[in-house]
Amino acid sequence: MSFRPRDWSSHPLLIDAGYKSTGLRGATKPLVPLPQGLSELTGPVYGAEAVGPDDADLTRNGRRDGDPQGGPLGERIIVTGRVLDEDEKPQPGMLVEIWQANAAGRYIHKVDQHDAPVDPNFFGGGRCVTDAEGRYRFISIKPGAYPWGNHDNAWRPAHIHLSVFGPSIATRLVTQMYFPGDPLLPLDPIFQSTPAEAQDRLVAVFDIDATEAGFALGYRFDIVLRGRLETPWEATP
Amino acid sequence: MSKGQTPSQTVGPFFAYGLTPEQYGYAFRSLAGADLRDPATAGREIVIKGQVFDGAGAVVTDAMIEIWQADPQGRYLQPGAQGNRGFTGFGRCGTGYDDENGFRFTTYKPGTVDERQAPHVTAIVFMRGLLSHLYTRIYFADEAEANGRDPILASVEPARRATLIAEPEEPGTYRFDIHMQGERETVFFDV
Ligand SMILES: [Fe+2]
Repeated sequence: MSFRPRDWSSHPLLIDAGYKSTGLRGATKPLVPLPQGLSELTGPVYGAEAVGPDDADLTRNGRRDGDPQGGPLGERIIVTGRVLDEDEKPQPGMLVEIWQANAAGRYIHKVDQHDAPVDPNFFGGGRCVTDAEGRYRFISIKPGAYPWGNHDNAWRPAHIHLSVFGPSIATRLVTQMYFPGDPLLPLDPIFQSTPAEAQDRLVAVFDIDATEAGFALGYRFDIVLRGRLETPWEATP
Repeated sequence: MSKGQTPSQTVGPFFAYGLTPEQYGYAFRSLAGADLRDPATAGREIVIKGQVFDGAGAVVTDAMIEIWQADPQGRYLQPGAQGNRGFTGFGRCGTGYDDENGFRFTTYKPGTVDERQAPHVTAIVFMRGLLSHLYTRIYFADEAEANGRDPILASVEPARRATLIAEPEEPGTYRFDIHMQGERETVFFDV
C-alpha cells in the first residue's frame, strides 16, 4: 500500500509572484522523489483522548473564568464536514486542528499588530477528532477580514486555518477555509495562488441543514486527502 | 478517484497559539512539543537543533518544524497505538521563541527501520510564505557507514547530500540548519 502522489495541479506553486514572501521562502530546486516506505506510511496517532470537552467549541474555550454569561462577540457559526480521501472514503479518528482571528479580524497571537480589539472571551484555537463517518464539527464565530502588508491596501478574506494529519505523514495537510461570496477572494494572493480549477475546494458551502435554528449558521467544508494506491509501486525504498 | 485533493495553503504567521501553544506561553494544551522523551523509553538522548534561513540568508523566525521518527529500536508508533502514551516519535517546535530563533528537539537517536536505510528523522517544514509544506530527512554525520549504503541519500545528487546530514556540535547535540534557497538549499522530497 502507498498513497497517491501530491497532485501538484491542485496545490499552489512554491514561488508565487503575487504572494511576496514566497520569493525568498519557497524552495527553488525540484523536489527529489522519495519512494514511500515505513517512514512515510506511518504517522502520529491522536484519538478522542487527545481532545478536551470544550476543544471544539471556540465560543466556550476562551471564556473568561467565572463568566457563565460571557462569550465572544460575533456571528455564531458551525463549521462541519468530512475528512475523505480522493476515493471518497471517510477517514474516521483523524485529528483536525483549527485557529482563526476573532470577529474583528484580530489574532490573539502576540505578534499580531492589527489595530483591532482583542476579544477577552475568545481564544481562537480548537481541535476535534473525526467520528466513524469521518465527520468533524466546530462551533465558533465568523472571523473578520484583516489587513496585511503584502501590497498596498491588502486584506485577507475571512478564513479559518486547518491542520490535518490523515493516516500517515504523507497525507499531512495544512490549509485555509474561506467563506462563500467573500468579495476579497479575487483580490487575495494566497487564495489566488491556488490553481483556478481547485479554488472552489477551499470555499465552504452555506448549509441550512447544518444551521441550528435560533443558534448558529452552518457551513460545510470537506477536506480531501491523498487516496491509497492498491498496487504499491515500491514497498520499501 | 473522484474527488480532487484539498489544496494546501500557508500556515501563516499566527499558528503558534493553535499548534504550539505551550511553547509560546498560551493557556492551551499542546498535543506535541519539542521534548519527545518518555520515562519508559531507554535510548541515547540527543538534541537536534538548527535554524531556518530564507533566500537572503535571514533567519526565519516564524517557521514550524515537525519531526517524525522511529524509537531507539527502530520501531514506529503503529496505527491503533495509544497515541499519547510512551514515545510517540512526533514533535513540533516553532522558531522565533529561543535565543537564536531556531528549533531545538530533545529526543532519542532513532534505530534503523530496515536493513537498507540509515537512521533518520523526517522533518516537515511550514512557514508564512510557504504555500505547501515540505518534507526533508535528517541523517546523522556519525553514521557515515550506514549513510553510505542508504538508498535515499544515494538518490540525491552527491553535491547536495550534505544538506541532509546533521553535524555533531557537542556530544549528543546535532545541528541541522534548513536553507530554503541558495547554494546550500536543503534537499526537499516529493513524498
Ligand atoms: Fe490567517
